[in-house]
Order: sequence, then C-alpha cells, then structure tokens
Amino acid sequence: MDRDLIETVTLRWLRRLVIASFLVITLLPFYYMLVLSVRPIERLLLDPGSLIVPFGELTVSAYTEVLRSAENGGQGFLIFIRNSGIVAVAATLLTLVVSIPGAYAVSRLRFFGRRQVNVLFLAVYLFPSIVIAIPLFVVFTRAGLRGSLFGLVLVYISQTLPVSVYMLKNYFETIPISLEESAAIDGAGRLGIILRVSLPLAAPSIMAVALYDFMIAWNEFLFALLFLVDKPNRWTVSLGLSLLSDGVEVPKTVLMAGSVILTLPIVILFFASERLLTEGLTSGAEKG
Amino acid sequence: MVAVIGIPIVWTVVLAFQRVRLATLRKTGLVGEFTMSNFDRVLHTPGFADTLWTTLLYSIGGTFGSIVIGLVAALVVRRPFPGRTLVRASMLLPYVAPVVAVAFVWQVMLDPQLGIVNDWGRRFLGWDSPIPFLSQDSTALWTVIAFEAWRYFPFAFLFLLARLQAVPGELEEAARVDGATPTQRFRHILLPQLLPVIALLGVLRFIMTFNKFDDVYLLTGGSAGTEVVSVRVYQFLTARTDIGAAAAQAVVLAVVLIVFVAIYLRFFTARKEA
Repeated sequence: MDRDLIETVTLRWLRRLVIASFLVITLLPFYYMLVLSVRPIERLLLDPGSLIVPFGELTVSAYTEVLRSAENGGQGFLIFIRNSGIVAVAATLLTLVVSIPGAYAVSRLRFFGRRQVNVLFLAVYLFPSIVIAIPLFVVFTRAGLRGSLFGLVLVYISQTLPVSVYMLKNYFETIPISLEESAAIDGAGRLGIILRVSLPLAAPSIMAVALYDFMIAWNEFLFALLFLVDKPNRWTVSLGLSLLSDGVEVPKTVLMAGSVILTLPIVILFFASERLLTEGLTSGAEKG
Repeated sequence: MVAVIGIPIVWTVVLAFQRVRLATLRKTGLVGEFTMSNFDRVLHTPGFADTLWTTLLYSIGGTFGSIVIGLVAALVVRRPFPGRTLVRASMLLPYVAPVVAVAFVWQVMLDPQLGIVNDWGRRFLGWDSPIPFLSQDSTALWTVIAFEAWRYFPFAFLFLLARLQAVPGELEEAARVDGATPTQRFRHILLPQLLPVIALLGVLRFIMTFNKFDDVYLLTGGSAGTEVVSVRVYQFLTARTDIGAAAAQAVVLAVVLIVFVAIYLRFFTARKEA
C-alpha cells in the first residue's frame, strides 16, 4: 500500500469520527440543559450522570416555578420575557430605520471621508464595550435613564448599528447601479428608486441583519447588568437568569429551565433562517 | 456613530484623570481638576500585574483554541455529505446561543456534585474525587479558555469555510495528479491559501477576547485566578463605585490592547514582505 492510499483511507475514517465528535460537543450541552430542566431535582441528585429521562419522571415543575410571578413565589420570568422582547424588537426596528438609509448613503452617495468609513466601522466594532460602558453609566445616571428600558435600547442600537450598516452597505454595493439608472430613466425619483428597486432586492439581507440585531439584543448581558440591576421588574431574561443563581438556593433544574427559556427563541430563529444567516454573517464582520 | 461611540471614549479618558465616585458624580464637570491618582491607585492595587497576565493568557489561549478547532471543523465539512447542512448549523449553535445560558450549562456540567462530567469521569475514567474545575486555581483558567474556544470556534469556522470554498478545485486536482498525498495537499496548497484569513482571525479574536467580560464573569466571577482586566473594571465600577479608577483601568486595557495589536500587525506585515 502506498502512502496516498493509507492517508486517504485514514482521513476518511478520521473525518467521520471528527464530525461525530463535533456533533457531541456542540449539541450535548444543549441537550443536557433540556434534560435537566424536565427532571425532578431529587432524581438528579441520585443519578447525575444519566442523559435519558424515563417517561414517568418527566416534570414541568421547574418551568412553572420559573414562569410564575414573584408574588406567587415563582421567579417572574414572564415579565423578563416581555422586557427582553420589547427591548430586542425595539432595538432591531430602530437599528433598521437608521441603518438602511445610512448604508444606502455610504454605498451610493459621494461625500467627504467616504473611504474612511470602513476603518471607522471596524474600529468602533472592535472597541471594548466595557470602556464605552463607563461614560454611558455616568451619562445615564445623570440623565435618569439608568434603570429604564429605553436607555438600554439606545445602548443596544449603538452595539448593532456599526455591523448592520457595514453588512447592508456590502449588500447594496452588489446591486448594479445600472438597474437604478434605468429606473431613473423611466422617470422614478431617488426615493422611488430606493423603495421600488433597491429595497426589494436587498430584502433577504435586511432580514438577515434584522435577525442578527435581534439576537445581539436578546443575548446581551453586560449593559443590562450595569443599568437595570436595581430594578427587578425591568430585568431582561439574561439578567434575571444570571441573578437567579445568586439568590437563595435555587435548584439547578430551575436554573436550566430558565436557560432553556432564554435559549429557545434564539435557536428557533436560528434554525428557521440558518441559510440566510450563514451567508449574511460571512459577508459582514460580526461581534463576538 | 461618532456621538454614541466617540464621545464616550474621550470621556473615559477624561474620567480616568479625575477623582470621581458614584456619590460625587453629579458635581463633577467635564473639565474638573485633573489628577494622576487614579492611575496610581490602579497600578498599585494588589493583583494588577496578575490580572494583566491572566488576560493575556486567556486571550492567547482562547484565540488559538478557537482558530484550531474552527480550522478542523471547516476541513471536515468542506465536502458535501448527507446531513451536512444540519452539522453546519449545529456547529454554529455555541456562537448564537445566549452567553448566560451556555455559561450556566457549563457550570452545571462541571459541577463537582451534580455535574455529568465529574460523574462520568469517576465512573469511566477512574477519577478518585470530583474535580472542582471552576473553583480551583490549577484548572479554572484552563476551563475558561476551553469555554472560550468552544463558544467562538464557529466564528473562525465560518470565515475559514468561506475561504476554503473559494480555493479553485483545479489547484488541488493538479497536485493530486502530481502525486501529492492528502496531508501534503493540505500543507502546500490549502494552508498557504488560508494563512491570510488565519492571520486576520488572529487579530480579531485576540482583540475580542481581550475585551471579553461576560464569559469570565458568569463562569467564575473572576475568582480562582481568572480575573481579567474587564472584570476588574467592573469591580471598580460597581463594588467600589470608584468611577475614576474604573476609567483608568479601562484606559490601561485599551492602551495595552493597542500595543499588542500594533506589535502583531508589524510582525505580520514584516513577514509578508520577506
């Protein structure tokens, strides 16, 4: 046997093995989260290594505890879900309202400093959020915005805007100008061109950007922690969950039920739009 | 843009030179008396050098780990196979999932009493006693680095996969005809094509990991030798409500970061010319 054959055969098997182990390391934690959230805590203490839930053991008590309002002795996650939803949707919509015209302008119109825009975006995007957090903390405390959901939306827009403009700009640049010019010859005004030609063509990438913004805002933790921590009725799901573990002995199953509630919307959105996102993500840079 | 990001940056620098506490916040103007005492306090608080060193280890480890795993992932899903879309999608999950949720799952999995890792480790690997991964000095930092590599390999994976798919098929075909084995083809054809992307990923991931707050804060809270600079900034800001010191610490973070990136860029542009 020659070296080529040995390598080809070994690598073929190695590849299958590696794919299988990737599936395990990426999916197992999420599966584990789900399993723990439906097991009774007593069973978990007896047999922590089990990955299968016997049918009779299934329980939703962890979920009812997490979702029940604080007055009724629960953790009040319904309010957190509402808060997170409001913040994420508002941040996404406002980001789109600003970034679509912004990206269009950067891609089409000539203006002073247009070339520097890319560098500026990259710099902003890589800048440590903890550094930005300090003055924002100061300003918001002074302006009385600290502890309000509106303030949080403002901060999230500053987080999503650079990437959104960048991704949309890249997409607008792929739309041939000749298309817009022919619309102009047919008598359409600038606004008409944008609304009837460019936007419909850009719809898929606008969707991708919207989903991406939503995910950033839904997942965000640092700013929620800094701004909302002393206002329990305004906590987002991320914040509420993170503070759950600090509270009086909360069982791990409840913690995992909260984690499932936090993760589920994102996973559903992600699998529903996987193709759209994977392509959208590689065409623009993104924040991690 | 300039208003939301630019002004805060300048303000941080200004704050770093002022004596500001949360209690005195309303009285302090933008141009107050300037002082170096914040820097003095930050640099001489015990643990400053340790924190910087931890941050550096954490960033390099996390960057390296995520790129290596991402490269392996990109190589194995490069060619079509049944279920490829599903595999690719699941590989992105750690990256899109909320950080709070995945940090908690890791915490529970690694828990000495309830965790599946310690249970299996004792049952199948013959560990004598459970390992408190996140609370003992010898393992905590490594665990956090592993978490970082796990959570961010999809980022490297996406970039590398996109680049791999742009490598012309004829190139590899020609090498194969010339008798190059698969490993040789990787070493001499694919790797040179990937190097620029890997270099770029190196900078991006290094910068992002260097600034990372959520992951370490949620996993260990900065205990057991995992206190990174951003967690320290947060401690100054909230536990001690010392805004001036927090800003000074943040400025130190930014300066160190800029220095490292400059060295890195110089190193790479020098190599490109050679």
